[in-house]
Amino acid sequence: MIDLFKDLVNWASGPTVLFTIATLGLLAAFRFTQVWSKTSAKVFFAVLAVFYTASMWDPDFFLIVAKPDNIPITGVIFLVFFFTWFAMHQGIQNDRRSAGEGEVLEKQESEKVWVWPDLVYTEMLAMVILSIVLLVWSILLAAPLEQPANPADSPNPSKAPWYFLGLQEMLVYFDPWLAGVVFPTLIIVGLMAIPYIDTNPKGNGYFTFRERKAEIVIFLFGFLILWCLLVVSGTFLRGPNWNFFGPYEYWDVHRVEPLLNVNVSDFFWVKLLGRPLPTGGFFAALMREWLGILMVGAYLFVLPVVMSWPRDKFPTGLKWLSCHHYFEKMGATRYYLGVSLFLMMMSLPIKMYLRWAFNLKYIVAFPEIFFNI
Amino acid sequence: MLNRILAPLSAAWKEATDSQVWTSIFRHGKPVSNRNRALVMMSNVFLHLHPVKSRKAGIKLRYTWCMGGITFFLFLVLTFTGLLLMFYYRPTVEYAYADIVDLQEHVPLGIMRELHRWGAHAMVITVWLHMLRVFMTGSYKPPREFNWGIGVVLLVLTLLLSFTGYLLPWDQLAIWAIAVGSNMARATPLLGTEGPLSASLTLGDISLINAGNDARFALLGARSVGQPTLLRFYVLHCVGLPLVAAFLMAVHFWRVRKDGGISGPM
Ligand code: HEM
Repeated sequence: MIDLFKDLVNWASGPTVLFTIATLGLLAAFRFTQVWSKTSAKVFFAVLAVFYTASMWDPDFFLIVAKPDNIPITGVIFLVFFFTWFAMHQGIQNDRRSAGEGEVLEKQESEKVWVWPDLVYTEMLAMVILSIVLLVWSILLAAPLEQPANPADSPNPSKAPWYFLGLQEMLVYFDPWLAGVVFPTLIIVGLMAIPYIDTNPKGNGYFTFRERKAEIVIFLFGFLILWCLLVVSGTFLRGPNWNFFGPYEYWDVHRVEPLLNVNVSDFFWVKLLGRPLPTGGFFAALMREWLGILMVGAYLFVLPVVMSWPRDKFPTGLKWLSCHHYFEKMGATRYYLGVSLFLMMMSLPIKMYLRWAFNLKYIVAFPEIFFNI
Repeated sequence: MLNRILAPLSAAWKEATDSQVWTSIFRHGKPVSNRNRALVMMSNVFLHLHPVKSRKAGIKLRYTWCMGGITFFLFLVLTFTGLLLMFYYRPTVEYAYADIVDLQEHVPLGIMRELHRWGAHAMVITVWLHMLRVFMTGSYKPPREFNWGIGVVLLVLTLLLSFTGYLLPWDQLAIWAIAVGSNMARATPLLGTEGPLSASLTLGDISLINAGNDARFALLGARSVGQPTLLRFYVLHCVGLPLVAAFLMAVHFWRVRKDGGISGPM
């Protein structure tokens, strides 16, 4: 029975399943907003806590989760869940208020109060509590120190610091120039651009969900799934050679995973036409990769234009693609900037699923000049 | 009975607060009257970061989660404990590791390293949560767009501070994490040896970008993680990045006030 449960959890935490479950779960929670209630939060945290505590008896789970440097990741799990719930919960309560007669809570409490004592005492209390937490944490748990640095002996797995593990996970799906340079830059630029892209005047200065659904869904998908989930799974579920290991699995250094990845060019030339890849020179390389280039080009440059068309230009079944109302509301510059950033963000899950479904390695591959997408 | 103890105590307290020393430091009475509540906020350099009065909703814990404040407090804790660590730590390949061992084993009450490390982990998390709450309350919307931008830079600085500090213990974890992290710089387009298009940067037959001058080299100060890297990261970690972060925090707090205080519904 316990073994069955463990097998199930190991299976469910595999990259494909976990990512899919988490994404669908999040989308479902946005659809059925009742789940952000106090009761479901209590149930959820109780289950999570029981799962965590009970799992500590499993030696493989304990080995990884109880590593001193991994304690913060447990913190990330609980804190991020809690505060996401807290924000959504307040937002939905406010939505109920404003849907009825009332005003949002933040509006009701508009009167001015003295900062001393109302705020200063809160801050004082926060400092005291935080100091105690830090002191206790530091007394109980020694900071780890491994063997002295040895440039000749690289440990397996070699992991970046935990907060960059989302980027390291991206390396599975993208080359380093994208995962390590372009995407981090786009994340920073994209975050900074948010206030200039988002022209929705509503929901400024209070929690709400209904009044800014699209913004919140996109941001939380990026933050929770593409960032936090990848950090957590990168820490707990990625072992030697960056192979996946379930939470109850032993990190076996000798485990080999077959890598049979193929490029779009292989699909087209070898599998479809039954011919060898074109070789020799620049133009042969372009010819080899034409389909991939077309795909990437269409995704980045044609799709945004198509998406700006009105709904009636789309065939039934594809109408959801139309973002015409955003184009109207935001104007061309904001629309193209926003949609491009969004598509860049979505390229990660898209590439993930392409890999899982077709073992796809590169859509465009010019290994000669390190230009692979 | 209780009175016998308390009476002299409160007399002594009154004596102390009436003394010339006390009144020279605190130029107003206890903040129990509204006048004094205003005075205390205005005459104290730390408290004057706050306004005298504020909208009730904005100072509620459920609204801000005090997350920005906690992040700032952690920054202060890290500055202080970091300073103490600097008394003992020498950033050389020879001594760094041994100094860390000493810090834990021979320095009395040696939990400075723990406070610094766990505090740093915590700060990374609280910055994320602060960003989450600012997003979820829509507080980046006008007029706070610019302060959100400052915040993003602070987020990056926090991560960089943590990243540069990661190397300093000079153990296996440290150098290999930095090796993995900095390997990416090799792939910088145009500027990394293994980056797209950088092979096209040539002068006649000589290629301009090589392992001795590419983006990774600039980061590490060497072809691989070594003494120059340690020194570079140390200087950035202890001086460069904290200075920039402190400077931007000042701007950040100033702008919170100038943008109309904590956000609220119009
Ligand atoms: C070292 C990092 C940071 C520190 C010390 C810091 C500190 C603070 C503090 C003390 C406040 C006052 C209100 C509150 O506590 O929530 C604040 C507000 C604010 N912060 Fe930060 N912050 C940091 C990073 C960030 C980041 C990463 C962002 C966003 C990307 C951000 C955006 C903002 C904005 C827009 C406000 C105004 C919020 C409002 O008026 O409701 N800050 N910050």
